[in-house]
Amino acid sequence: MTSYLIRRVGQAIAVVIGVMIVTFILIHLQPGDVARSVLGFRATAARISIFDATYGLNHPLWRQFTDYVTQVFHGNLGTSMYQQQPVTSLFADRLPRDLFLLGTSTALALLVSLPLGVYQAVRRGGMGDNVLTGVTFTLYAMPAFWVAVMLVAAFAVQTHVFLPEAPSATSIGGMLAQPRELALPIITLVVIQIAGFSRYMRSSVIDTLAQDYLRVARAKGLPERLVLFRHVLRNSLLPIITILGLSVPGLVTGAVVVEYVFNYKGMGDLIVTAAIAKDYPIVLGSTLLVGIATVLGNLAADIAYGILDPRVRYVSS
Amino acid sequence: MSAVDGRPALADRPGALDAGEVAGGSGSARWLGLGEFARNWQARAGFALVLLIVVFCVLGPLVYHSNQTATNLNVKDLPPGAGHPLGTDDFGFDVLGRLMVGGQSSLELGFAVAALTTVVGTLYGAIAGISGGIVDGVMMRALDTLLAIPSLVFLLIVVTLFPPNLLSIILVLSLLSWLGIARLVRGEVLSLRTRDFVLAAKTMGSGTGRLMWRHMMPNALSVIIVNATFSIADAITAMATLSFLGLGMPPPYADWGQMLNNGVDNLFNGYWWEIYPPAILLVLTIIGFSLIGDAVRDSLDVRLRRR
Repeated sequence: MTSYLIRRVGQAIAVVIGVMIVTFILIHLQPGDVARSVLGFRATAARISIFDATYGLNHPLWRQFTDYVTQVFHGNLGTSMYQQQPVTSLFADRLPRDLFLLGTSTALALLVSLPLGVYQAVRRGGMGDNVLTGVTFTLYAMPAFWVAVMLVAAFAVQTHVFLPEAPSATSIGGMLAQPRELALPIITLVVIQIAGFSRYMRSSVIDTLAQDYLRVARAKGLPERLVLFRHVLRNSLLPIITILGLSVPGLVTGAVVVEYVFNYKGMGDLIVTAAIAKDYPIVLGSTLLVGIATVLGNLAADIAYGILDPRVRYVSS
Repeated sequence: MSAVDGRPALADRPGALDAGEVAGGSGSARWLGLGEFARNWQARAGFALVLLIVVFCVLGPLVYHSNQTATNLNVKDLPPGAGHPLGTDDFGFDVLGRLMVGGQSSLELGFAVAALTTVVGTLYGAIAGISGGIVDGVMMRALDTLLAIPSLVFLLIVVTLFPPNLLSIILVLSLLSWLGIARLVRGEVLSLRTRDFVLAAKTMGSGTGRLMWRHMMPNALSVIIVNATFSIADAITAMATLSFLGLGMPPPYADWGQMLNNGVDNLFNGYWWEIYPPAILLVLTIIGFSLIGDAVRDSLDVRLRRR
């Protein structure tokens, strides 16, 4: 297990460094002069060279890259060129909002889709299963933005139950005080995730139901309710853990569409604005952040899997 | 590919619609698989849907003529009625005609991306799998790196990098979506490499090229086909999402995502004909390709059924 861990962490570090190199190269392939686009067309040559010197843009590319890496290891992601704020403090503002939005919606989605998947698998082929399968299949085929638009049409335009704009408050407490604004972004993400989770859960439970240990459990006279909870549910949850681990990058960027539709000021909104404005430090920083989150998510899923499932034992190869 | 909207891509989707209850044929019984495929209701429904949509988009404009290049603001936002069965949009374009033209570009894009992705991903995966050792390690770490970069950030950077034209968007979407198939093909090749029939062929003196084309590719074909089908649907979704974010192609190019983006601005005016028709067609197309992909997965190869 230890040597497996060391190998996995080593791979993870290699991938993170790779992410830094690739984004750095991509960003610098972009046409257009940064100083010009920030300072405007009337900027003098002297001001441009001051700007370039301030941001280290006058150094050769390799030097800019090594400087950047050194800074990152010192916990400094640079300063946004437009907002004149450290990238880390921008992230500190935005990230909690995303964690809140995605955490809440993922928890709600699991709460709905796990029982749904179990129900569908147990009543497989029945009327309820067929209807639900049709519904989740259709939802799964819908682009996220369309789900958002449909919900706005139904709940904000037709019935005015909720509002089509995210809360104006920036703190989480403030957002909670505006539930009519907060409802639609969360419901959209819940609906989108239910489609995926319940389908995974259904096929996972179907697989578990075919196992011999269930026959044993029933044969020893365990009530059906206990069979379902103790044996079926616990074993079927394993694949879901992997899915959760893999959905971590979505936790950071994901929801970009939802943030766009509802004007929710999260990381997605920050990244889109920065990429269009060529605000390099933000783009580099967020890419790095999501890269690390992805790698950690995969690692966490693997480790959790090994702890929860005694049949899985990692041996060093 | 990791979908642009932050959801698991269709290609990474969970087991088939009826995974677990369809008794699939074995990998070797390909003809049996084909027969089963034809009997599968998902396959028939999927093919019927896709065929209908292709006929509508490709043959439709030959029967139903409308001007899709010149704007006419005198007839903008007309409700469905005589002369315009589905009304007109914000620029005075006939919605029914635009659905056909827009659908053509969505389908072309989907097929182009799927073709490119399949070729590049298959080659990459096959080379990594057959080489093994350090080459494989380096190629796979490179893949992991690209997979760890959020696809939307990637897309944003590249879309601002190249001026958006059809070719650049096809290239970008392919760049994002060949990773999954490369992994799958590598996995297949790795497992096939140790099979008896491959070892036998090797012993009989087959070169690497012959081994790949005659012995490994036919066996990896089912994985490749399933992935290609899903990547058509994924590419269409991704393009629609890009257009919706305002990062798609400029007019006079038309696609369903762009129509939706324009229509959504009129959501509050109640111009339903500008929103629902493109959305319904978009979702039906994606459902059609997904059904086919699921059916192929079920019938061609049992190993593909997700455990």
